[in-house]
Amino acid sequence: MKLIHTDVLVIGGGLAGLRTAVGTKRRGLDTIVLSLVPPKRSHSVAAQGGMQASLGNCVKGDGDNEDVHFLDTVKGSDWGCDQIVARMFAHLAPKAVRELSGWGVPWSRVHRGVREVVINSKKETLVEIDAAHGLISARDFGGTKKWRTCYTSDGTGHAMLYTVSDRAIAEGIPVHERKEAIALIHDGARCQGAVVRDLITGELIAYTAQATVIATGGYGRIYGVSTNAIINDGMGLAIALETGVAKLANLEAVQFHPTAIVPAGILVTEGCRGDGGLLRDADGYRFMPDYEPEKKELASRDVVSRRMAEHMRKGKGIKGRFGEHLWLDITVLGRAHIEKNLREVKEICEAFLGIDPAEHWIPVRPTQHYSMGGVRTNYRGASPWLQGLFSCGEAACWDMHGFNRLGGNSVAETVVAGMLIGEYVADFCNSPEGKLDVSNALATEFVTREQTKLQRIVDSNGTENPVTIRKRMEQVMMEKVGLFRNGTDLEAAVEELTELLRRSYRVGVRRRHLAANPELVFAYRLPRMLKIALGVAMGALQRTESRGAHAREDFPERNDRDWLKRTLFSWSDTTAEQPTLEYEALDVQTMEIPPDFRGYGIDLRIEHPDTATRKTQITEMTATLQQDNKNRHAIQEQLMPFKHLLPECYRGNNKRLREV
Amino acid sequence: MRTLNFNIFRHSPRDPASVPRMERYAVEESQGMTLFMALNLIAEDQAPDLAFDFVCRAGICGSCAMLINGRPGLACRTLTEHLPSQITLMPLPTFELIADLSVNTGKWMRAMSERLQTWVHLQDEPNPDRIEARMEPELAEQIYELDRCVECGCCVTACGTARMREDFVGAVGINKIARFRLDPRDMRKDADYYEVIGDDDGVFGCMTLLGCHDVCPKNLPLQTQIAFIRRKMALGK
Repeated sequence: MKLIHTDVLVIGGGLAGLRTAVGTKRRGLDTIVLSLVPPKRSHSVAAQGGMQASLGNCVKGDGDNEDVHFLDTVKGSDWGCDQIVARMFAHLAPKAVRELSGWGVPWSRVHRGVREVVINSKKETLVEIDAAHGLISARDFGGTKKWRTCYTSDGTGHAMLYTVSDRAIAEGIPVHERKEAIALIHDGARCQGAVVRDLITGELIAYTAQATVIATGGYGRIYGVSTNAIINDGMGLAIALETGVAKLANLEAVQFHPTAIVPAGILVTEGCRGDGGLLRDADGYRFMPDYEPEKKELASRDVVSRRMAEHMRKGKGIKGRFGEHLWLDITVLGRAHIEKNLREVKEICEAFLGIDPAEHWIPVRPTQHYSMGGVRTNYRGASPWLQGLFSCGEAACWDMHGFNRLGGNSVAETVVAGMLIGEYVADFCNSPEGKLDVSNALATEFVTREQTKLQRIVDSNGTENPVTIRKRMEQVMMEKVGLFRNGTDLEAAVEELTELLRRSYRVGVRRRHLAANPELVFAYRLPRMLKIALGVAMGALQRTESRGAHAREDFPERNDRDWLKRTLFSWSDTTAEQPTLEYEALDVQTMEIPPDFRGYGIDLRIEHPDTATRKTQITEMTATLQQDNKNRHAIQEQLMPFKHLLPECYRGNNKRLREV
Repeated sequence: MRTLNFNIFRHSPRDPASVPRMERYAVEESQGMTLFMALNLIAEDQAPDLAFDFVCRAGICGSCAMLINGRPGLACRTLTEHLPSQITLMPLPTFELIADLSVNTGKWMRAMSERLQTWVHLQDEPNPDRIEARMEPELAEQIYELDRCVECGCCVTACGTARMREDFVGAVGINKIARFRLDPRDMRKDADYYEVIGDDDGVFGCMTLLGCHDVCPKNLPLQTQIAFIRRKMALGK
């Protein structure tokens, strides 16, 4: 058996994993990154519109700071997020943009003087001050008070991933490509690495490590149509769940992006609407102002997606061969703007739709896009139940997005989480509990176990076809666990997914060998995907309220009294047919921003009993501190201290052009 | 709708019994069908062990380059309606064959990156608390223009020199040097770039056949960049 030992094993070569690896390597730890694909092909590359960070350089970002970004993020999460984590994130985001700027990302810059923009379908003139010339610019995005989304045309993820990936090469970090972690090695209390399958040779290798970091992205591919790359099938979450020890959280929190093209499901960025693009219906009518008079097309993603679905239900969609859709109109922005700032969008429209978006409207509809749920960790990215296991990025639920994430906050999260978790992992490895006497016997046991499982699939006389089961799962998720949910459909979904999981253990493959065998890969991933899908459906069924992206038609109110809690999923009994669900309450008494109305539609809330008390407390404390002439940092520190939790290197205040 | 007749290269170099061959598959065309959709149908119904690489399936990640009727291109964004009903698919030559249509571009690109040191050579680590260094907006746009390369490998496959010289860095490598040379954050001077690219495996190996320029799926200005870098390297030494 091949055995490789390293200090830190990072599973996943996207932005979160690579940035974590740079951090641990710089702290002197041997670090290996595993990646299913060459790292520059990771799904991070597909982030288009930009990353949020409150630099406040452009005139429409005037007055922006961490406090405003934090408020937007908490509201966006529908109060489901961990406010400490959201605070840490808002504080780190400007540092992340600036670090990447130093490393080589060609961020789009502010140009001094007059420029024309489109706001609310009208041409307006902005004047950028001389002092901002050449600093990093920002565009508008949904659910934000300021123009805060830093960008590189609409290839932001590409520019960021190439820079960070090249940085990892510069630091001499090995990336073992075309390798898949298929199980975590652990003794029930301590994670010791992973069993890894070489996707070229089929060989199993034991990678042992003091710390193992899951950074494998989301689980969008359990849905039949998703903007996600085809590798985003939730395997990182599944192997954590299969330890029986580590837990996942909030799987039911699944985001649908308003604008994916029809039928391919490929994303066109929120930057289209941020830059002034409009949504139109079958009559060419701009309908969003009727539903959301204030934010219109730039309401939060979950809200826009639901409004679009509502409008189509009223018969206002365009009926086509591939179902109904609406129009995204960016012709109003003009060709010059599109060819400079929305060039990926233009290429996608040309290649997949055969249209020129400077002249024609783009057919779009809400499509699965992001997984707020993930491996449950604390703010240090560590699993509270399995020591030595960490997770970050979309794969994790540490939990900064709650039940809906804002556009531009996920690509920002990847690098911010990498900066933080890299430090925390290094702290852990250098601490007494981080020391590990690797057990070769344990590693061998796990490799043998996995080998046996694979052999069983290859030898199986099972008649179930993995493709048929997977397609049915994708369909069930689309039809019954989608944008709008209800008890009847969810019950049916849980029942059917449970049955599909049973059937998935009886699949057979046509080519009976263990080496590179795409059908075998499909077959062994299938039960793992079904376990995640089942988690999503069960979480959604049990959560009898509507919060953020989780919208129950039979329970339209946000119920803080009973549901201001995080769902936890575990699977400790390997013979069980379903995961175990439990709940972890959010503490209103420690929130900097107590639960409130989000400002969309009508206020349907059942208040938490602690909300009123905490609101009064916050108001009084703020008033007293303001009377004492405390600045915003000092006030914040009193309301909800978080800086002491940060690695020392990241505690400094962020400098801004307009802030003294 | 037509019946599409695919003729696909099959071979698993790690399997001693495997012989390189072409195999035929028929697929019913549907509206808006891409090669990504067609290959998945073939894998589902006819060839479960057919190896190919797709990741983003949106023309963004550069995974799926292959020879499509003899011409390198991204399979995911190739619509079958633009092709005749006979479609021949081959893996990219010049890269290590993994199996069938899957080649190891990742290994090649990492080696190229290490050799050319394709990262910003910093003077100092940025202090992330401070306001960032300024850059002219037009310069940022010019850098991004060259930064858009997706490392798909089409340019290497289309290159006459790369066929003859195994270590040739290709247009992808030369374009990267052009990108970093343009970037004021990179402290390297022309003499430093000459060290990594000023030979026959670098910019002087190019025979200006410029197949690279013709096939680049991102329409990068490779012709201009190669000419420019060659001139700078020739003058600089």
